[in-house]
Amino acid sequence: MKIWLIALLLIAAPAAAQLSTPDQPLADVQQEKVAKALMAELRCITCQNQNILDSTAPQAETMRAEVRQQIAAGRQPEEVRSYFIERYGDWVSFVPPAREDTLLLWGAPLLFLAIGLALVWRRFQR
Amino acid sequence: MSPEIGHFALWLAAGAALLQGIAPSIGLWRHDEGLVALARPAAVAQGLFTLVAFLVLMHAFYVSDFSVALVVENSHTMKPTMYRLTGVWANHEGSLLLWVLVMAFSGALVALAPSALGERFRARVLSVQGIVALGFFAFLLFASNPFARVWPAPTEGQGLNPLLQDPGLTFHPPLLYAGYVGLSVTFAYAVAGMLENVIGPRWAREARIPLAIAWAFLTLGITLGSWWAYYELGWGGWWFWDPVENASLMPWLAATALLHSIVVVMKRDALRAWTLLLSVAGFSLAMMGTFIVRSGVITSVHAFAVDPLRGVFLMVLMALYIGGALAIYAYAAGRVTEGKQFALVSRESTLVANNLLVTAMLGVVLIGTLYPMALEAMGGAQISVGPPYFNRVLVPMMLVMAVLMGIAPWIGWRRSATGHLSARLLPAGIAALAAVSIALWVLGVRGLGWILGFGASAWLAAASISILMKRGLTPGIIGMALAHLGVAVSILGATASGALQQEALVNMRVGDAIVLGPWRAELQDVRPVAGPNWTAIEAKIDVTRHGRPLAQLRPQTRTFIAPPMETTESARAGWRTGEVYMVLGKPDGEGRWQVHMWIKPLVRLIWWGGLLMAFGGVLALGDRVRLKRRAGQAAHRAAPALQGA
Amino acid sequence: MRGSRLVWLAPLLLFAGVIILMAKNIGNSPEAIVRSHMVGKPVPEFAFAGSAGLPGLQTADLRSGQPVLVNLFASWCVPCAIEAPQLEELRRKGAPLVGLAIRDSNENITAFVGKHGNPFSRIGLDTNGVSMLALGASGVPETYVVDGRGVIRFQHIGEIRPEHVPVLLRELEKAR
Repeated sequence: MKIWLIALLLIAAPAAAQLSTPDQPLADVQQEKVAKALMAELRCITCQNQNILDSTAPQAETMRAEVRQQIAAGRQPEEVRSYFIERYGDWVSFVPPAREDTLLLWGAPLLFLAIGLALVWRRFQR
Repeated sequence: MSPEIGHFALWLAAGAALLQGIAPSIGLWRHDEGLVALARPAAVAQGLFTLVAFLVLMHAFYVSDFSVALVVENSHTMKPTMYRLTGVWANHEGSLLLWVLVMAFSGALVALAPSALGERFRARVLSVQGIVALGFFAFLLFASNPFARVWPAPTEGQGLNPLLQDPGLTFHPPLLYAGYVGLSVTFAYAVAGMLENVIGPRWAREARIPLAIAWAFLTLGITLGSWWAYYELGWGGWWFWDPVENASLMPWLAATALLHSIVVVMKRDALRAWTLLLSVAGFSLAMMGTFIVRSGVITSVHAFAVDPLRGVFLMVLMALYIGGALAIYAYAAGRVTEGKQFALVSRESTLVANNLLVTAMLGVVLIGTLYPMALEAMGGAQISVGPPYFNRVLVPMMLVMAVLMGIAPWIGWRRSATGHLSARLLPAGIAALAAVSIALWVLGVRGLGWILGFGASAWLAAASISILMKRGLTPGIIGMALAHLGVAVSILGATASGALQQEALVNMRVGDAIVLGPWRAELQDVRPVAGPNWTAIEAKIDVTRHGRPLAQLRPQTRTFIAPPMETTESARAGWRTGEVYMVLGKPDGEGRWQVHMWIKPLVRLIWWGGLLMAFGGVLALGDRVRLKRRAGQAAHRAAPALQGA
Repeated sequence: MRGSRLVWLAPLLLFAGVIILMAKNIGNSPEAIVRSHMVGKPVPEFAFAGSAGLPGLQTADLRSGQPVLVNLFASWCVPCAIEAPQLEELRRKGAPLVGLAIRDSNENITAFVGKHGNPFSRIGLDTNGVSMLALGASGVPETYVVDGRGVIRFQHIGEIRPEHVPVLLRELEKAR
């Protein structure tokens, strides 16, 4: 508990001291919607289990501003996501990449259902 | 009251657990009736001593006895009385004490409740419970003593994490623990059942009682936790797929599957080995959940402090208990035959399908939670598995599940005809089509997932209601139909609040207004206010709908004094079963305040559905109680025969 | 039925796997350390005005032919005050240092370097923290080794403690 409190103090104290400007939503409603959908899928670096849309951390604010700016400049959400992945790695996106090393992850539902069906099938065979 | 009394009571309780664990086992082995008979009084004594220990700790928190380290670390004299008391379990040691209290209570209940399975089996169950409880007592006494003293005693405590200072969180842990620990009774029933080789309909009938109660508690605990996260975290979401949330969801999924498979054992004496595995898995996952929350092996917003020694201790306990149970399973499951056969189209098959889907969902949650850790441990990339993954994978499974849940209750046991189905399901079909049409053309919903969500919830709701319209209902059928209706209600709440949500994020001055369709929210005032141990900036916002006043909302940004921390307090107003949800953000330095407003139609149905599920689950026991009374009488005559089984 | 023996053992084996995995992770910090993926890549373009009377910092300044330490700091950051003596020591040992002040103001920075000393030859005042995104930084303070061609060579997360000074000097030497 103690370590945790100290950590909290370290996080909380600067947050109170920092200057910040509230978010400015994009004027284009459609673009704002796209930007928000992407923010909900990007992970906050300093408050680790929140997405940057929900987080009140200053860095999440900076990241939100970056997302809005790039979307307003006409970039596709996936390009913006890659921009962040290029800097922080796959960790920053809450959507796991689809690659060989995540085959088991994305294949899990089908795998489990297949194993289950095989067991059931064996039972009806008897 | 001296904390030493509590500490001593804890040692006595541990002694009682040791006796309860060892004596009956030796008694059963040596055929010593006297030792076997010790099990019940030992269980009752364990319950009483643990209660004393708990009350002493509560007293220490109540009077702010700062000679107790735990009170210093987690309390403060400025805290309101209620949170001084609930602070008892808002920390690692205290919550573990609550855990063993619930565990000791459930042991005492097993010792005192009537059983149809005979004294021999009861002694075996109590013995398993005693051994499990012993480990947790050891953990408390050696690695997390809640009564540890500080000398000299400080004059003031360090306070409680403000996020935990909340009525929702007051009842969330006790409910969840009642659920987890209730699963330990089922676990003990399974292990004792394997050792005594009594797995069958009678075993299932009795094991189902603690299971259904545990399941109902878990359902309530998770529902309350979700509601708490919704209004307290200030993000407007109600489920975040955080590892700690998943840790409570996994035992619930296992218990849900078990609740259905145990019925097959009860009615048809089939699926025995599978049911046993689920019984072991339920409590194992509950233990793993507790471990995850306390060991820091996984990144989470809710994790307790990290202490490697405690982590290792819990892990050894977990390895012993789960490993032991699974080893017994590997040995004994082979001789538990699969029981009676059934046809492809039968109630049994639909329950198997339920188990298949629920277990696959459980597997997905498990693998999604552990995958990042596993990948990194093997030197792979650092990835995040978040809500987008779980939603994409689990929502389709959930929808298939809802469709099957509408059909299954109409299918008979053993071998069923299908001719009657189309007539029975006609209302459900019409309801689903109507819901989809309304969503598409009246509400203008787009997105396949949302539309199927509306359809599936209407389908399941109509199918469940049409069961309730039948004649000659038993509590069991009513309970089942209500629980299924609860699922439909929750799906509707989740779908509608997501698909029809409106939101606005506006920087506004006093006098400005947000307009969202028929809604209008005008900022009246922003001013500082003070609470017992916090100060806050509070906004007053008048909300109207179609020009009619609905409520004045007062969202706050609170600054707590001990420990210093800022939280956002959302303000909400109900409108039918939907809500207006407001959060006050930061000032921009030029007299404007950031205000975040959401309109969430039907959102409360999510939690009402949870309540309905829990209620239905308990109601379904109505049948058991009646049957049990009859079975209890039969068992007195059958007991000698059972021992030979 | 012989083959099905293994089926009954499967849950135990699966559980053993999970336990081993958890044992490996026990005692780890629950906070993941997110390292910058910009190491080995050139510093993206940015330009910040100066502060505390020093010239500002832009990407071109990092392509001077000489490797340089880029320190992310702020007046509101407690560990930044703790690492100040180590930065001073690095400067004395000849390490070229430039600073990036994150989400800060000119007055606060001036007060901060007045109190804790100024080891920097340039300070870029980054009022919004956008340089953190450019470098892939996950917090403040952080220190980067950038080689003479403007390519990031090394990232140090957290405050510089005395034992980190030789590490940074070595990395600086390697980037030469």
